[in-house]
Amino acid sequence: MINSFYFYTRLNLVELLGIKARNVIELLKGIKEAPDASIYHHTHHFLQQHISLSPEPPNDFAFWTANSLGLDKLSERLASVDTVKFGRIKDLREKFIATLEAYLKEAPDQNINCPEGEEFHFMSCQTFVLPTPYKANNLQEFYDIVQKVSINSIYFHIFEARLRLEREGNDFSLWFESIGEKKLAKSLSRIDPYTMTLEGLRKKIVQLVGKNVKA
Amino acid sequence: MSKLEDYSPIVGESIVEELFLLGRKLEGKVIQNINSTAVGGGVAEILARILPLLKQLNVQARWDVIKGNEKFFMITKKLHNGLHGIKVDIDHDEFNYLLEVNRENVEYLSSFGDIVFIHDPQPIALIEQKSKIGKKWIWRCHIDFTTPEKEIWEFLKKFIEMYDSAVFSAPAFLRPLSIPQILISPSIDPLSDKNRYLPEAVLNEVCEKYHINREKPIITQISRFDYLKDPLGVIKAYRLAREHVDCQLILAGGGATDDPEGRKVLEEVQAESAQDSDIHVLFLPPASDVEVNALQRVSNVILQKSLKEGFGLTVAEALWKSKAVIASAVGGIPLQITHKYSGILTHTIEGTAYWIKQLLNEPEYAARLGANGKEHIKNNFLITRHIRDYLLLFLSLYNQDDIVYL
Repeated sequence: MINSFYFYTRLNLVELLGIKARNVIELLKGIKEAPDASIYHHTHHFLQQHISLSPEPPNDFAFWTANSLGLDKLSERLASVDTVKFGRIKDLREKFIATLEAYLKEAPDQNINCPEGEEFHFMSCQTFVLPTPYKANNLQEFYDIVQKVSINSIYFHIFEARLRLEREGNDFSLWFESIGEKKLAKSLSRIDPYTMTLEGLRKKIVQLVGKNVKA
Repeated sequence: MSKLEDYSPIVGESIVEELFLLGRKLEGKVIQNINSTAVGGGVAEILARILPLLKQLNVQARWDVIKGNEKFFMITKKLHNGLHGIKVDIDHDEFNYLLEVNRENVEYLSSFGDIVFIHDPQPIALIEQKSKIGKKWIWRCHIDFTTPEKEIWEFLKKFIEMYDSAVFSAPAFLRPLSIPQILISPSIDPLSDKNRYLPEAVLNEVCEKYHINREKPIITQISRFDYLKDPLGVIKAYRLAREHVDCQLILAGGGATDDPEGRKVLEEVQAESAQDSDIHVLFLPPASDVEVNALQRVSNVILQKSLKEGFGLTVAEALWKSKAVIASAVGGIPLQITHKYSGILTHTIEGTAYWIKQLLNEPEYAARLGANGKEHIKNNFLITRHIRDYLLLFLSLYNQDDIVYL
């Protein structure tokens, strides 16, 4: 039986939650109370907004603490939270909570308010997953498709599948492994996809798979 | 008329493919858009572009315009200003008149789609008939809602909460509401007359028509003549900058049929600029899209110095043309511009003047801002993204889970 890879795509609708924060204490409270989909949104939407070039830190919490509160040190700590290490949103949320609590303990007098109009607005997203017409029956076909499939499909199989749907690893690596491409699976799993743009990630995947196809 | 496939070279084939995948999931549903003006203003403009494209996806989209007289539009203008936080005098009779006109329009509209998509406050009270009509109802707010007048907000809120969802253009417009609030930014159409590529000959022709000297640096603000766009503040910023750099100013815009205040603002701007031949005040008739496009393209710097703004689509238009933009950090503008990366955000007339000088003196930096801005608009504010969000919005009315498998 052929073990085919079916490409899915996913599209998000953004919802405003009505929770806002003016300072670090309120941000902490919001992170504790917001639903998982909200933590996911604030740590991932930058990937979709800046497909080729990213001017912003990798999560909204880091961006806001630097740009609206002027807390560069805290921002850097939040930006360096290594999202790729977390398999569950619950654990990722705990990491942000711990980082903010540690900061407040060190600098309790730094709980300043942002300027009016620059509050942090907690948002969430509803995710729609749908099949694309693309199916790869072997690595060569995968190589051809991954170059043209929507960037949203690559996003789904790398980011959404792992963290939001709590699968073991990204979908591409899982499939490579199932067709005996263990080395390729391992190479892709080693990449930190949060430190590159989506188009950069596509190029990296094409490059890795290309080497194996040609070999 | 543009075909969806025409967008593939701009956004990529796969993005257009996804729209067709989503469109199939809405087959058979009729989407009825209702607003208060068929021409002028951003809402009418975007509906006129989006609806034909939705039809190409086999989504049956209709558009109805409610009827109203001058008195009705004077009242809705007060609502508009009140939502922007401007103190307005509005009495019970006026609120009642607004409801009366809405009720008359229910009779006039006679039939309703599976999804009734109401744009802005003018037709908001049509929802009163929801229990009788049934269907799914969405209210789309295109206005800056940051600091609405309490009385006006309370009046509108009781209607808004009868809808299934409300849609806002920027997170700052969020208000406490008991219904889901969706964030959908508006968009521009890269193939429209206002945004498509124009040959040099057309640019020259437009400049000749309006006596604009292309040899002298050009600063432009495109917006309808409205106090909230601060055209007088723009003139002050230009005058401050001109003390040190030679330049000319274009203030160009039209007027919407539901905006009686525009004429007064135009007269004030004309009076203020009468003595300066380097200020070009252009009141453009409807269907001046090519002219607007050309004026943006010949500009060195584009301003959007609004005091309040819904989303500020003119910023997206300018960035799409790779222009350096200086804009106020209000409404949806900060979503389009990251300060010093894809444009400049300012808060004062003096700050605006300072950056006009900087960008005119440093054209390479200005070009870099414009290039980054174009990339950001391409990924986030083109009509294909807008259509995708609307399709998801319609689907969300029938699917409430966090993750929906279609």
